Amino acid sequence: MNFSGIPRWVYGLAVVGGLFVLLPLAAMVAKVNWAQFIPLVTSDSSLTALGLSLRTSAASTALCIVLGIPLALVLARRPFRGQRLLRAFVLLPLVLPPVVGGIALLYTFGRQGLLGKSLEIAGIQIAFSTTAVVLAQTFVALPFLVVSLEGALRTAGNRYEAVAATLGARPTTILRRVTVPMVLPGLASGAVLSFARSLGEFGATLTFAGSLQGVTRTLPLEIYLQRETDADAAVALSLVLVAVAVIVVGLSYRRPHRADIPAEAAA
Amino acid sequence: MSFHIDATVRARNLDVSLSIGQAETVAILGPNGAGKSTLLSVAAGLLRPDAGSARLGDQLLFNMDGGSRVWTPPHLRNTALLAQEPLLFPHLSVLDNVAFGPRSAGASRTESRGIARHWLGEVDVVEFAGRKPGHLSGGQAQRVAVARALAASPELLLLDEPMSALDIHAAPHLRRLLKRVLSGRRALIITHDVLDALMLADRVIVMEKGRIVEEGPTREVFRRPRSQFAAALAGVNLMSGTVTQDGLRTLATPELPGLHVAGHLDDEAEPGRPGVAAFPPSAVSIFLDAAHGSPRNSFPVAITDLEPHGDYIRVRAGDLAADITPSASAELGLEPGSRAYFVVKATAVQVYAA
Repeated sequence: MNFSGIPRWVYGLAVVGGLFVLLPLAAMVAKVNWAQFIPLVTSDSSLTALGLSLRTSAASTALCIVLGIPLALVLARRPFRGQRLLRAFVLLPLVLPPVVGGIALLYTFGRQGLLGKSLEIAGIQIAFSTTAVVLAQTFVALPFLVVSLEGALRTAGNRYEAVAATLGARPTTILRRVTVPMVLPGLASGAVLSFARSLGEFGATLTFAGSLQGVTRTLPLEIYLQRETDADAAVALSLVLVAVAVIVVGLSYRRPHRADIPAEAAA
Repeated sequence: MSFHIDATVRARNLDVSLSIGQAETVAILGPNGAGKSTLLSVAAGLLRPDAGSARLGDQLLFNMDGGSRVWTPPHLRNTALLAQEPLLFPHLSVLDNVAFGPRSAGASRTESRGIARHWLGEVDVVEFAGRKPGHLSGGQAQRVAVARALAASPELLLLDEPMSALDIHAAPHLRRLLKRVLSGRRALIITHDVLDALMLADRVIVMEKGRIVEEGPTREVFRRPRSQFAAALAGVNLMSGTVTQDGLRTLATPELPGLHVAGHLDDEAEPGRPGVAAFPPSAVSIFLDAAHGSPRNSFPVAITDLEPHGDYIRVRAGDLAADITPSASAELGLEPGSRAYFVVKATAVQVYAA
């Protein structure tokens, strides 16, 4: 047996911690009305909500990637004045109650909002639309991508980029052919976390986008609504959300192939 | 078509000026922290100097002086960099790693792969073309890195201790390879190894504390070192000072007071001018009491270190070294801190102009 150096009582607490997460899930599974499960989760409103959730989460994840890669690069590479402040603000949605995020978005993109007025004149309405759902989810999910990508960029360092530059590669070429491919595992796990966070988003969505069936009522909102009237449906849909989350996270947290790890090659 | 650089980096106490001819390979030697790698980074465009300018052929690399500042980014400089570690892109095949330079310069995929195959052939690793870098040994990876740097057809090749991360079996192979590919090519190579300098370089530059302290043709520098570092590499003791009629008077140092060193004056050594006295450690004997009787030099020293050196024990006292037999060492009972006298015959001491 290998020496682990962990005191025995730590294992006890670790078991308690694991149970704390697993037990509520088991309790929920025990409550599932299996006889009615299929009809409940394939009802019109359920399928619409699930479809909307998957589509908007995919869109939010894409938006997180587009905005998050530049943010992570700026934060990870060269230090500049106000960098710590920028990082603090980017990470703010992690600790902000989502409802507060929703209110903030409303006063930005809503009809009377900071940008909303100008958008209104241009004929664009964002609040209480599917776009609002995507924005709300992006707002809460962006920090997850930035944090994990910034970590990956710092670990990778910029020595490979320096070599690429001396070989004649332009900065954009370096980003495309060296930087991004080298942090792909970090980017992928960041994207998965963003997707999972988007999928579960509730407070900001409800505040900023409302709950219109087929337009803004995502699966978490549908579950909350069903809970008032039909507890069985809420439990069944919750199980679906858990299953989707487990599949997404499980797919991306497989061990990477050893050969692709940029480790020191064995002699 | 020459390369000239003149650079000051205050944060790293670097202030150097040097030129390299069209097909010349120059080795930079110097202790750690001498600013060698900093100089390479400045030449490659990875670090901005505070002052100075550099020109490669008719291209201005940078000009930090005066009103019209110019800064050419690294990718437009034609200066490929080969580091201690191969730094092959782990996600690209060996072939695509080598094709990276030509591809970045605008060659088509087919063209650049053709160029890559040529260079992989030049460094004898064409059979690894399809592999990922993770499957190569350290020596193979460094050869691929050489091919990658050459495939970018640089005007100036910058090598930062390319052999230092290799094991003792891989290093000679790479050294032979570099000798072949560097001939007729302009290159600047940082090394710690006398062998690298002798085999690869036409000229050596010795740097200490951010300044160039010595430069000249490789053989000349090792035959008559004028800096402590080159002397250590050449395996001789060096004392600097002012040439006198029959030797040299040293400046006082923390280890030694100002001394007179009797020695054999070189033709060019002129009394009153700065000079150095050099003698091999094997010519030094050690006594516990001051030895008298000309024509001998007897230097009072404090022993700092003893280490095995072939069949001998190398006894160090500051910058000076003496090689004595283990039995002599035992008899003298030397240990770090011991006071002793390094004694060397005047005929074994060469005095020449610094």
